[in-house]
Amino acid sequence: MFLEILINAVATGLLLGSIYAALALGLAVTFGILHIPNIAHPVFVVLGAYLAVVANERGWDPILAALAGALPFYLLGALFYEFYARVFERRGEADTMQALTLFFGVSLVVETALVLKFGTNQQTVDVDYVGQSLRIGLLVMPYRLLVPALVAPVMILTLWAYLKFTYAGIAIRAAAHDVRALQVSGVDPHWIKRHAFGIASVTALVAGAILVIIGPVDPFSGRLQIGRAFAVVILAGMGAVPGTILAAFIIGVAESLVSAFLNPSWSPGVAFLILLATLALKPQGLFGASR
Amino acid sequence: MSEPVLAVRDLTKSFGALRALGPVSFALRGGERLGLIGPNGSGKTTLINCLSGTLRADDGRIWFAGRDVTNVLAFKRARMGLARSFQIPKPFVGMTVLENVLVPLDQIGDGSDHEARAMAILRSVRLDARAGDDAKRLSHLELRKLELARALVGAPKVLIADEAMAGLSEPEIDEILAILQRLSEAGVAVIMVEHIMHAVMRFSQRVICFETGQLIAEGTPQEVAEDPLVQKVYFGEPARH
Amino acid sequence: MKRQDVAFAAGAIVVLLMGFGAVHAVANPYFFFAGYVIVQYVVLATAWNILGGYAGYINFGPAALYGAGVYTSALLLKAFGAPLVVNIVAAGLVGMVLGLMMGYLTLRVQGVYFAIATIALVIMLETVVHNIEYLGGARGLALIAPEPPAWAVGRTQFVFLVLLAIAVMSVALARWIERSWIGRGLRALRASEEAAECAGVATLRLKLAACAVSGALLAVAGAPYIYYASYIDPGSAFSLTLGLNTIAMPLIGGTRSWAGPVIGALLLASVQQAATVTISSELNVLMVGLALIVFIAAAPDGLIGLAERLRRKMHA
Repeated sequence: MFLEILINAVATGLLLGSIYAALALGLAVTFGILHIPNIAHPVFVVLGAYLAVVANERGWDPILAALAGALPFYLLGALFYEFYARVFERRGEADTMQALTLFFGVSLVVETALVLKFGTNQQTVDVDYVGQSLRIGLLVMPYRLLVPALVAPVMILTLWAYLKFTYAGIAIRAAAHDVRALQVSGVDPHWIKRHAFGIASVTALVAGAILVIIGPVDPFSGRLQIGRAFAVVILAGMGAVPGTILAAFIIGVAESLVSAFLNPSWSPGVAFLILLATLALKPQGLFGASR
Repeated sequence: MSEPVLAVRDLTKSFGALRALGPVSFALRGGERLGLIGPNGSGKTTLINCLSGTLRADDGRIWFAGRDVTNVLAFKRARMGLARSFQIPKPFVGMTVLENVLVPLDQIGDGSDHEARAMAILRSVRLDARAGDDAKRLSHLELRKLELARALVGAPKVLIADEAMAGLSEPEIDEILAILQRLSEAGVAVIMVEHIMHAVMRFSQRVICFETGQLIAEGTPQEVAEDPLVQKVYFGEPARH
Repeated sequence: MKRQDVAFAAGAIVVLLMGFGAVHAVANPYFFFAGYVIVQYVVLATAWNILGGYAGYINFGPAALYGAGVYTSALLLKAFGAPLVVNIVAAGLVGMVLGLMMGYLTLRVQGVYFAIATIALVIMLETVVHNIEYLGGARGLALIAPEPPAWAVGRTQFVFLVLLAIAVMSVALARWIERSWIGRGLRALRASEEAAECAGVATLRLKLAACAVSGALLAVAGAPYIYYASYIDPGSAFSLTLGLNTIAMPLIGGTRSWAGPVIGALLLASVQQAATVTISSELNVLMVGLALIVFIAAAPDGLIGLAERLRRKMHA
């Protein structure tokens, strides 16, 4: 009995973890690499989830819908960065606190816009694989978790490869370190950051599609994810994109264990507890360089 | 005059595996004018940060005004009279020039008329006309002067001037030099950390040179300038802006 | 005392007298029901600004401290039937301790990390309260507050007056801090912590003090709430919207002086009180969100900063 609960809790935790990694991935780029604290990222995820819901009503699979919506979301992200840059460029330097407040305001506006359009009702998608489970011995894995959990690592690996092997990807990572060096080599840092925001926004869309497959989503679903997403990025260490997977696993399993053995009502605090502990004890995270 | 006002012994500081400083030992006499030179990355800034207390040295000891201050916090060292200016000026933006100078006076809190003292300091660096302006409106030269005014208003025993003349024109350099000269005459010991070689040579009574965290030469300006080791590591370096 | 101080003291007394007079002159308790919310926002905005405005440490979790005040007060009322004044003091002490904990956090983390850590504090406290059966858990807690004293006319009027007195004292405290060497030290460390430290400012001590005072006042703002509403639940005590408004008000009014949060609070809370009657609460939040964006983008120093800029332009 105990073993069964434990095995299933760990398995569920790992599945949750890979989904959290997908949620946090865009933040790992904008915050982890570019050091722009985009707390509006979770709300972009929710926006993505709503796009998946709308497409699903027309018979689309949520994940396919996300792939189809990639270009508009890329442009949205790029536009968002452009706005951010316009606001702060005139002032010379970006005041972190003001940037945070700006992102906070954007989150609210998007949330409320969703409420006004769709109401506060929870939205779900209808796909064949929801409601069924894969059974292997003691282990029971619901497809609604399993499918997203497979999509997430694919997305992370793709992004990691992009950052590692392509010219633009390397430039994004370079932008974090030395904007001047970038300029000298003929790359416009402004363009690179805009590009990075576009990519982050696409990952938010995919994460949103995943989120709505796992369970119902409402306009405020992003709020719970803010903590998780930042916890993952900070635990992984700034700029450590592959590390987000392991960090997300740790948080997912911890939440799942707390849910199983203590009480599900404690689990929202887990990610934040891990976040605070990381900040207090190991601020550079598991895989990050010291900052 | 011969009693050291500031002394360090076997000071070391590492960042991870990189030894940024030391072990290094030297002393500064009261009222002395000491030039501190060395190429970029030679450990000068690390040394200054350790002296002022914003960085904690790994090992070694620091004495200031007859006291072991190795474990004394930065703000207490400042109150004791160990003042510094910053290489990149760090004005208190959002506050007036006068308020900028009042901040260090507040901390001493001897009850005398702070505003008059602050204005007197501003007048001595010819910044009094800007007393009511927000510090963010100052020009580069004015920012440099504000750095000095803020460091000096508490009547320090030692001033560490960290590249106080970087980015200034020749007449502006002369103006800053004149301020430092007056200070020295008033009995303040000055450590001039500088890349502008002619200014260091003109100002200093004694010069020390750093390279890769080590003190590689010490002597009169002339001696240090002619030291083959210094010439190799320092003057071989491409000109710096 | 300088002439400005006399004027301020006179103004404070007038505000208190007017509040007391209104309680007796205005019969409709709804007036004080709405008034309570507005005054509460004045306390919250003023309290938040001591840390967020003067010292530049943006606390994204004012709801944690406010909620802690709400629940401390409710706990004491339920357990001992403690009088309001005791609850206010107790809430202040709890807020101070939480504030100091937040202050120690600033030792390790700055900027974004500090802001995120403060959000974490809200969720964690909310989770804890969720799981305490004695405090009603997620269902909430309904308590009947004791009868108010006769001079206060009614319960709503009584808590309104108490909160008004707290508001006046908070603003006076914020003003005193701002004008003293403490405020100057906080502004200096806001601009550059390293330079402040090297100018002799005991930055850690000042930050801790600001955190403690700000935290205490935020919690005090929540202490009378159970007397006002007779019912509390984790969702409203640790409300994200309340936190948002708290941050928005000083930013709208201006963070550099005590008047900024007061103006912002009066403006935002009045508009919101009017708006909840006329338009939906969603539009209300949308309005705040847009106001935040507009002020950050166009008037980072708030209305006061905007007014000063205009005045300078006129003179130039």
